Amino acid sequence: MNTSAGATTDGIVAVGLRKSYGDKTVLDGVDLHIPQGTVFSLLGPNGAGKTTTVQILSTLIPADGGEARVAGHLVDREADAVRSAIGVTGQFSAVDNLLTAAENMMLVADLLHLPKDEGRRRTADLLARFDLTDVADKPASTFSGGMRRKLDLAMTLVGRPSVIFLDEPTTGLDPASRRNLWDIIQDLVSDGVTIFLTTQYLEEADHLADRIALLDGGRIVAEGTPDELKRRIPGGHIRLRFADQYRFENASRVLAEAVRDEESLILQIASDGSIPALRGLLGRLEDAGIDAEELTVHTPDLDDVFLALTGRRKAGPADEAAHSKKAAKEFTR
Amino acid sequence: MSTSTYAVRDGMTMLRRNLKRMQRYPAMTVSVVAMPILMLLLFVYVFGDALGNGIGLDTASGARKEYTNYVAPGIILMAATSCAVATSVAVCMDMTEGIINRFRTMPIARSSVLVGHVIGSVIQAMISLVLVIGIALAVGFRPNASLVEWLAAAGLLALLSFALTWISAAIGLGSQTVEAASNTPMPLTFLPFLGSAVVTPDSMPTVLRWFAEYQPFTPINETLRGLLLGTEIGNDAWTALAWCVGLALLGFLWARSLYSRTAKH
Repeated sequence: MNTSAGATTDGIVAVGLRKSYGDKTVLDGVDLHIPQGTVFSLLGPNGAGKTTTVQILSTLIPADGGEARVAGHLVDREADAVRSAIGVTGQFSAVDNLLTAAENMMLVADLLHLPKDEGRRRTADLLARFDLTDVADKPASTFSGGMRRKLDLAMTLVGRPSVIFLDEPTTGLDPASRRNLWDIIQDLVSDGVTIFLTTQYLEEADHLADRIALLDGGRIVAEGTPDELKRRIPGGHIRLRFADQYRFENASRVLAEAVRDEESLILQIASDGSIPALRGLLGRLEDAGIDAEELTVHTPDLDDVFLALTGRRKAGPADEAAHSKKAAKEFTR
Repeated sequence: MSTSTYAVRDGMTMLRRNLKRMQRYPAMTVSVVAMPILMLLLFVYVFGDALGNGIGLDTASGARKEYTNYVAPGIILMAATSCAVATSVAVCMDMTEGIINRFRTMPIARSSVLVGHVIGSVIQAMISLVLVIGIALAVGFRPNASLVEWLAAAGLLALLSFALTWISAAIGLGSQTVEAASNTPMPLTFLPFLGSAVVTPDSMPTVLRWFAEYQPFTPINETLRGLLLGTEIGNDAWTALAWCVGLALLGFLWARSLYSRTAKH
């Protein structure tokens, strides 16, 4: 299902967006090109300018320079046309805590000038889709963080937007709620909606996005599909550890390209870590009759991309470190 | 539908939202109404006799009784000012919560958020005024106003509430925290005291007397007193109206400029 904007329209286009607060430059010439019906993720550390970008594109604040079109309309001069096409779920939950879930939904429906019964129908459908039917008549103030975020997104969907901005939608959610929200986002994409997602979680961008841009210091420092970005990063390798000096020396004659670590009897071979590469490598060892003690595959993930391009490790909450650190897959034998 | 029809419709939607919020969060309304009522009881039963004699009212029928009539219009004004605090807090709470950014990214009439607040607050003020006047009648307030005078008094109070509400909406928009939004309008609550609400300005020191004569609440108070009790109004009515309209315009322009400028989150 494609929205009225049509398949030929770009979801979001921006050229040279600039914004500064006082003498602090937040955005320093940001270009974006996001086709309709795709998920684009803007990734960056705190203070990189992610939220500012969302605020400009969603008509909340004006840019100091540059031009942006969302759903085919200029964000500054055709703000109301843009607003009719977009939905925004920000970092801070945009629900009225004193109203019930259903009242919050109806408030949005009324503001969109939907007929009452149509508003009620969409409210019921969306609350059911987000598992909130049982709490429809409870005030939002009694909701957990995950429920509130779901209600927030449900309210955003009442107007059936063709472009949705999700500004760090899963920040502060527990892993189960996060997974749940990811499923919802993927459903939306299959309906042809364009999604602009900002996140601090590399795993999230990897999981959801068609294209990723890395924002650092107000500039886009890299852009591409998750795979393209990972390919740009050297550092994928296979590590082989041997039981003794004899095997180590033999193996290093067979695998002449390997980097030697004599002290720990480890050979490190640059590789993308794919199955054929692994099979080839093990085949060569087998032919020479050498046993390796331990094999470790290290594939670069977005963490490595981030590190390589911004020069610093993405600082996430402590519990996130374990969560997104699937870099080293160990195969011990 | 035209843009202006949408503006009215959006304003009404926001008004319904604010009325619902007032029902769900009655603590604010209660404190706003309780304050003038406590002041009324304090001035009638604690200070009534002394102040009635002190400002030289005709005490043939009892100083407290006469003083109740003297102080009631001032207390009624205080009820209007005390609602201003609630408006300021409500607006500030709205601005510091995420929902305002949702409204800003929807194709709705720009004015509707503030209009909803202002009309809601005026309704709240009128309800609280009815309560305060009811209690004043119960403790011995004896107005002699005709129906027309009552209607004129209601109109004046509605206009005053409207003006104060715009001012306090602007204060709420300009406040960074809810605490600040609650404290900043406080001086408004006390302005009637520095006029002719509690005692006649004649009994004050020179500087204060000068202030009392020229501040907005004195002519408003005297007009209200005149309408309800038949005392001399004179030019006070026009001065009172001019103040109310002026304050409303000032508050409206101030609030509008703050609203279009701020994009907090």
